[in-house]
Amino acid sequence: TKEEKQRLRKEKKHQKKIKEKKDDKEEKPVGAASQPPTQPSQKGDLAPAPAPVPVPASETPALADKPAKSKADLKAERRARQESERASKQGKKGDVGQPVPTSKPKAPPSELQPVVKRLPEHVQVDNPDVLKKLAKKLERQQIPLRSDYGYKVSLFSHLHQYSRKAPLTQQLGIPSTVIHPAIVRLGLQYSQGIVAGSNARSVALLHAFKQVIRDYTTPPNEELSRDLVNKLKPYISFLNQCRPLSASMGNAIKYIKKEISNIPSQCKEEEAKSKLLSCIECYINEKIILAAKAIAKYSIEKISDGDVILVYGCSSLVNHILCEAFEKKRKFRVIVVDSRPRLEGREALRRLVQRGISCTYVLISAVSYILPEVSKVFLGAHALLANGYVMSRVGTSQIALVAKAFNVPVLVCCETYKFCERVQTDSFVSNELDDPDELIVTRKGKTQLEHWQEVPSLGLLNLVYDVTPPDFVDLVITDLGMIPCTSVPVVLRVKNVDQ
Amino acid sequence: MPGPDRETDLTERIESFLSDLKRGGSGTGPLRGSAETARETTALLRRITAQARWSSAGDLMEIIRKEGRRMIAAQPSETTVGNMIRRVLKIVREEYARSRGSSEETDQQESLHKLLTSGGLSEENFRQHFTALKANVIEAINELLTELEGTTDNIAMQALEHIHSNEVIMTIGRSRTAEAFLKDAARKRKFHVIVAECAPFCQGHEMATSLSKAGIETTVIADAAIFAVMSRVNKVIIGTQTVLANGGLRAVNGTHTLALAAKHHSTPLIVCAPMFKLSPQFPNEEDTFHKFVSPHEVLPFTEGEILSKVNVHCPVFDYVPPELITLFISNIGGHAPSYIYRLMSELYHPEDHEL
Repeated sequence: TKEEKQRLRKEKKHQKKIKEKKDDKEEKPVGAASQPPTQPSQKGDLAPAPAPVPVPASETPALADKPAKSKADLKAERRARQESERASKQGKKGDVGQPVPTSKPKAPPSELQPVVKRLPEHVQVDNPDVLKKLAKKLERQQIPLRSDYGYKVSLFSHLHQYSRKAPLTQQLGIPSTVIHPAIVRLGLQYSQGIVAGSNARSVALLHAFKQVIRDYTTPPNEELSRDLVNKLKPYISFLNQCRPLSASMGNAIKYIKKEISNIPSQCKEEEAKSKLLSCIECYINEKIILAAKAIAKYSIEKISDGDVILVYGCSSLVNHILCEAFEKKRKFRVIVVDSRPRLEGREALRRLVQRGISCTYVLISAVSYILPEVSKVFLGAHALLANGYVMSRVGTSQIALVAKAFNVPVLVCCETYKFCERVQTDSFVSNELDDPDELIVTRKGKTQLEHWQEVPSLGLLNLVYDVTPPDFVDLVITDLGMIPCTSVPVVLRVKNVDQ
Repeated sequence: MPGPDRETDLTERIESFLSDLKRGGSGTGPLRGSAETARETTALLRRITAQARWSSAGDLMEIIRKEGRRMIAAQPSETTVGNMIRRVLKIVREEYARSRGSSEETDQQESLHKLLTSGGLSEENFRQHFTALKANVIEAINELLTELEGTTDNIAMQALEHIHSNEVIMTIGRSRTAEAFLKDAARKRKFHVIVAECAPFCQGHEMATSLSKAGIETTVIADAAIFAVMSRVNKVIIGTQTVLANGGLRAVNGTHTLALAAKHHSTPLIVCAPMFKLSPQFPNEEDTFHKFVSPHEVLPFTEGEILSKVNVHCPVFDYVPPELITLFISNIGGHAPSYIYRLMSELYHPEDHEL
């Protein structure tokens, strides 16, 4: 397999060279100068496929659209990995003189790797070069490009803003030859908001991938491990166009790709496929279902009789915890806080009321009225960032802020597969903009903002996520236990070492 | 005959005003701004002074108090009514004192010394009859009316002192005072305004359309995004329904969250409130502080069965403590929240705090 991988890499490099000849020549990686003909010699020392690279989860794994600078970074990354591989496994040939930027030779592979990241495309919308590269890539993969909609507030000009009324699938032919129908359906469900919520999206994604794998046949003269990964790339781009990938989806995709690449070449197709399917099942079971059980077990210790618990929006995990606690005969009542325009709290309200839990319902503007009654706040998370910030539905940080002002403890529940290596300090640099038309409302027969597009100085902003600083959060309950917010990078490192 | 006609006319007017107040508060009648209510109350009080039968200042004050209590009971959350009544009562006291010839300062100021030494003097029963009293009182009320008419302009005139170019200003809901303030500044400076829509009534939408028509760059955000965008905001400028005696606010719901977010980011919070909104109430009266409207606004009847199993709250107002406020801008200038008690003592007589 080593030879195969070298060959693969050579082919890829060749293709890239043809396209981006000039950029190759310009860039010399800093710590590894003096190697113009590095490509041929490097391949001898190369580590396995880039899947386990600690690339941020929300990136699309696109090779062709990265700017030239980060190719040099990728080389530096590979060099670091080489060094560590050499130290831990076989003595390889040559290239001893390659200076390694920061990693220590004897350290395990995950120790202090120079984490240089490509900036994901979806936060560079204001850069026309990046847009052009994306368009070219999508054209190559035969996926339609989704166009932005409406006037974008200048603070967010670096993000996409799409309209719900123009789903991507309208531009696809029927039947789509490039994209598997399960993926088309999934993309439509994402973009219309039918499947929403971090866990739901990941599970739906994994099920769709299972279907893809079942229907997959290896073409002749191709290897399953390589070809399947290549097949998945256009699907991932398509899903990204429908709705930007979440952190949990990114982690799931990384896992799948790693599993696929690790399939030995002598494995028969049927065997390989069943192995992959069982891997995916196992992932869903471990990371989502069993994790939820573990988190519920820990959380129930924190719920006492007579509690008044505040929840925000609809988090499947928090709902699960409350239902479990109710089954265990804890006496508490719940206050569900909701916000426009998504009004997801109504769904949570329905689920809780069905179980028989006594609930109160308010909008987020009334939260400072209701907080004096509350004893605890349970929040769900979309992702936990490496600097301890909690990325969650917009409004979560506000609730944590007001709870802090009233001295009410805030507990965040999050599975470990949602932990993400990104760092972020405010809600602007990386976010998702939803359809601005959803803010429009008709009250008493009058729709004030109906013609907002015609008024030049009026903009509507419909944010989807925000980040909560760690000082507002008192405890994070994960399947590994109850940790403070600042221990997230520790968990990430432990996970990387395990892998 | 002139006498009974005038009286019935007066009672009719009072009744129609009361019913307007009752209807306006529930959100079903025509929404009127506080300034309008203040003007109408004052005009009505002027009419009462002119047309009701009274012989001495004490009688007049009794009549005003009686009608005033009815007006306040019609719509307790509309505090401008009570404020105007107290202003007029103070006017009556002043005019009486001036007619009597005694200097105004000794009568009004409450001091520990006075309480100890002059127990008898404060037993003023306002029984003396002065012929010019009626005319004086009506004239003073007219002055008050003129002052009321100019409040919004006076506040808006101060806008350029507080807003510079390229600022991002945040506001919530709809406040006519804040709107006039921002529009005045927009004549000379360019800045960006973010309006939080303030569910469930979404009055922020109206504010945004009105501001954008004046050429101001406006963005409407959902309430949930207040903290998310606050890091980029330079100033928060809001209006309020009432200014309480401790310098706190009774403002539209969501304002407390906005104030907390501003405090977290050390963003100044500026409240544009005319003097007639100053009320001698304190926020401790729990049962009279909050006002609720139909929960249908929050959870509509279309939600079906769960409605019978769920408690839904829809409060209209929020309490904002004075520590979160940086500045009050009123028609007589800018003040810190710690100065409000002093203004209160100049506007109202302590005995009128409880009507």
